[in-house]
Formats: sequence, structure tokens, C-alpha cells
Amino acid sequence: MCLAIPGKIVEISSDNQDSALVDVVGVRRKIDLGLLQDDKPAPGDWVLIHVGFAMSKISEQDAADQMNTLWMLGEIDGAMQEIQGYGLEDVN
Amino acid sequence: MRFVDEFREPALISKAAEEIRRLTGTERHYRMMEVCGGHTHAIYRFGLKDILPENIELIHGPGCPVCVLPMGRIDDGLSIAQRSDVIFAAFGDMMRVPGTQGSPLEHKARGMDVRIVYSPSDALKLARLNPDKHVMFFAIGFETTAPSTALTMMRAKAEGVGNFSVFCNHVTIIPAIRAILDSPDMRLDAFIGPGHVSTVIGCRPYEWIAQNERKPIVVSGFEPLDMLQSIVMLLRQLKAGEAKVENQYKRVVPWEGNRAALRAMAEVFQLRPYFEWRGLGFISQSALRVNDKYAEWDAEQRFAVPGIRVTDPKAAQCGEVLKGVLKPHQCKLFGRECTPEHPIGALMVSSEGSCAAYHNYEHRKAGMVSLNSVA
Repeated sequence: MCLAIPGKIVEISSDNQDSALVDVVGVRRKIDLGLLQDDKPAPGDWVLIHVGFAMSKISEQDAADQMNTLWMLGEIDGAMQEIQGYGLEDVN
Repeated sequence: MRFVDEFREPALISKAAEEIRRLTGTERHYRMMEVCGGHTHAIYRFGLKDILPENIELIHGPGCPVCVLPMGRIDDGLSIAQRSDVIFAAFGDMMRVPGTQGSPLEHKARGMDVRIVYSPSDALKLARLNPDKHVMFFAIGFETTAPSTALTMMRAKAEGVGNFSVFCNHVTIIPAIRAILDSPDMRLDAFIGPGHVSTVIGCRPYEWIAQNERKPIVVSGFEPLDMLQSIVMLLRQLKAGEAKVENQYKRVVPWEGNRAALRAMAEVFQLRPYFEWRGLGFISQSALRVNDKYAEWDAEQRFAVPGIRVTDPKAAQCGEVLKGVLKPHQCKLFGRECTPEHPIGALMVSSEGSCAAYHNYEHRKAGMVSLNSVA
């Protein structure tokens, strides 16, 4: 659970600046940007996501590298399950 | 070897492995601890041990939050959730971790309302969706996860969500490293520092390890090349008689960490005077509790907590394995009574636990990606 998932910011909610839609290899979910207050990402930026929160801004290349790491570690399914589960979409 | 293509820059991997062999020589033995469970997983998955010289020994550290949580805390959390109006919410990693009376999943089978959430904010959402219930989020994790719990509690307070609380088991990595260094049966030469914890705390908190303990530490990424490069950096320091904090994972870890995340933690949490760690015993100031400002959202202040203390099953040697004194397969229960399908100790539950990692890759040699042909 200490592995972070890379995602691309698609849009920031108009009514809540701390909420953004991200795209993780085609799956789109809302995440929280509240932990990046000092360095707010904009649409098009890449972030590392951990338990529904953006933890750091990264480059597109680093995002690709991180995805590759998850794949090599056999953690892609777990990561996608996590992303799909955000917002209680696929559970409960 | 079909796995070769999976590795980026195999030439660099081969070069790093060669440099490690050159630096290591044959004169002495090196003991390096990888602090983070993610690194432990990577080491087994990639078969790193197979390409490292025999005189480099990797010791698995305490950085798997599920693994270091004492069983009594699981029992305490589940005892609160015995109330019919309480929903027990936790990450999937927690669901199969055994308590005295079974895991959260087994409690669910017996009728407890147990839900998997992938984010603390979804536990809060669950509370909004179930106004006649109380949602208790069973929070675990190091500094990677604690800020997200903190921010969720700040949101609960700001919105006045009264039917939500956190059972806080967040721990901090530095006191655990200190406890290991203070342990008389532990001799270590250097540390591979955690990757994603460091995105939050940065590299400064490790400086005492270099300055006071004279041990090199390199914060590392998770790819094979990252880890090999980190080992090269550690060996270079050791050969030069230096002890510094270095950051191999610069592409993700800023030296100063994430200040907004640290602020959120400081707003909601305070240090516990002491906390019990599985295998390491009580460590002072090693865990976080909810401060009084957020008492209303603190499950421990809101509900009666029995404060259960459980000794680990006698035959299981989780403690020795956690401290690196025993290798996973040297435990009497390993692979027999205790397997990933039927875990007795928490080290067998999480993929970041050294027993599960060892069992899945080393023991079976299945699903293991081999670096041998590259290096």
C-alpha cells in the first residue's frame, strides 16, 4: 500500500478547487488535491495518487515510469482496483 | 529469458550489478536494511538477491503497516464495531489480518457491517450516505497515508459530519528505525530509505542516522535499477568511510517533503507517548493519536476501547522475522500452518510483508521475474 499510482488531471471541479477528475489509463475518478495546496496542479498535469489523494506532481515521463514499476511489481490489477473503487463506485 | 524485455535499460542494470560486485569485493560482509515493505516486495519479485554478491545481505525492515500492527489493536477496533449501529470501514489490506476472534472479513461473515474503502474520504462519504449509522474508519499506515486521514478528519469537522470517526493506528517511521538501531541483536551497515514515505517527510528526518549513527542512507525508488543504484551509492559511501543521506528517488521525492501534508498531520494528530509494534515491542513517540481539537472524530475518545493486549501465537516467530533476526523460511510455521491463504501472522497477509513476498516468489519461484540474464 505504499506504492503510488500515476494519473493525469482532467479537470478541476468548478465548485471545489480541492476536487479533481483524474484519468488513470482510461479510468476516470475524482481525487482530492488538498495535500498539494502549496503547488496546485492544473488540468494536463500528472500526479502520484495514494488512497484517493494526490501526493506529488510528477512529469509525464515519471508517470510512465511509475506505471511501468507497478506493472513490473505485478501490482497493476491492485492499483486499478483501487482507482475503480474511489468514490465507492465499485464497492458496497 | 522472456522477462528481459520488462526491464528498462538492461545495459544499465548490468552495469550497476557489475559496479556492485566491484565495490563489494570479498573482504567483508555488508548488511543493509530496506526499511519499506514495497522494497521488500520488489527485492523478492525481481530476484535481486540472485544478482547481488553473497556478502551483501538485505535485511527486511519494519515498513509494512499491516505487519507491525499488534493483534490487540485489531481486536480493539473490531470490539467497537460490535455495536449494531457501527460500520467498520478499512482498506482492503486490513481485511484478512487475523484478530483473536478472526479477521474483519470473518467478522463480516458473522454479520458485522464491514466495508472495504480505497480512500479515507470514501469512509467519510459512507458516513454521509448512512446518517443513522456511525462509520468508523480503521486507519493504518505510515506518513504516506496519515496526511490523507488527517485531511479527511478536517473535512469531517468543517462539514460537521457527526457520525464519522477514525480509529487511529498511524505510525511514524523514524522511531522504528531508531529502535532497530538501538536493538543489541541488530548490526546494520546502511539503510535503503523508504520511497513514498519520503515524499511526505522529505530527507531531512534521516540526517541523524548519518550524523549520529554514522550509517549511510539512500532514499530509493522501486525499480530494479533504482534499487541497484541505491546499493551502489551506499557501497560508495561505505568504501569512502562516509555517512550521508542521499536521494536516489529525486524524480518523486523532494528533499523538503510535502509541507501541506505535514501541516495537515500537525493540525489533527499528536504523538502518542508510546505505542506497541509487533515484533519490536513498545516504542516511545512512535505513533500518532488524534488531538483534543478533533476528539469528536476520534473513535478512541468516543467509544470505550478495551485496550486488548495479545501475545502473538507462540509458535509463530513474527517478531524475529520483523527484526531481521530470522529469515521468513526459518520460522517454524512458514509454508506449513502459515501461508498467504491461511495467514497466522500479519507478515503473511500483506504483499509487502516479508513472509508473503518470500512465499510468493522465493519459495515457489513462481511469478518471479529474473534479473539474472540481464545482469
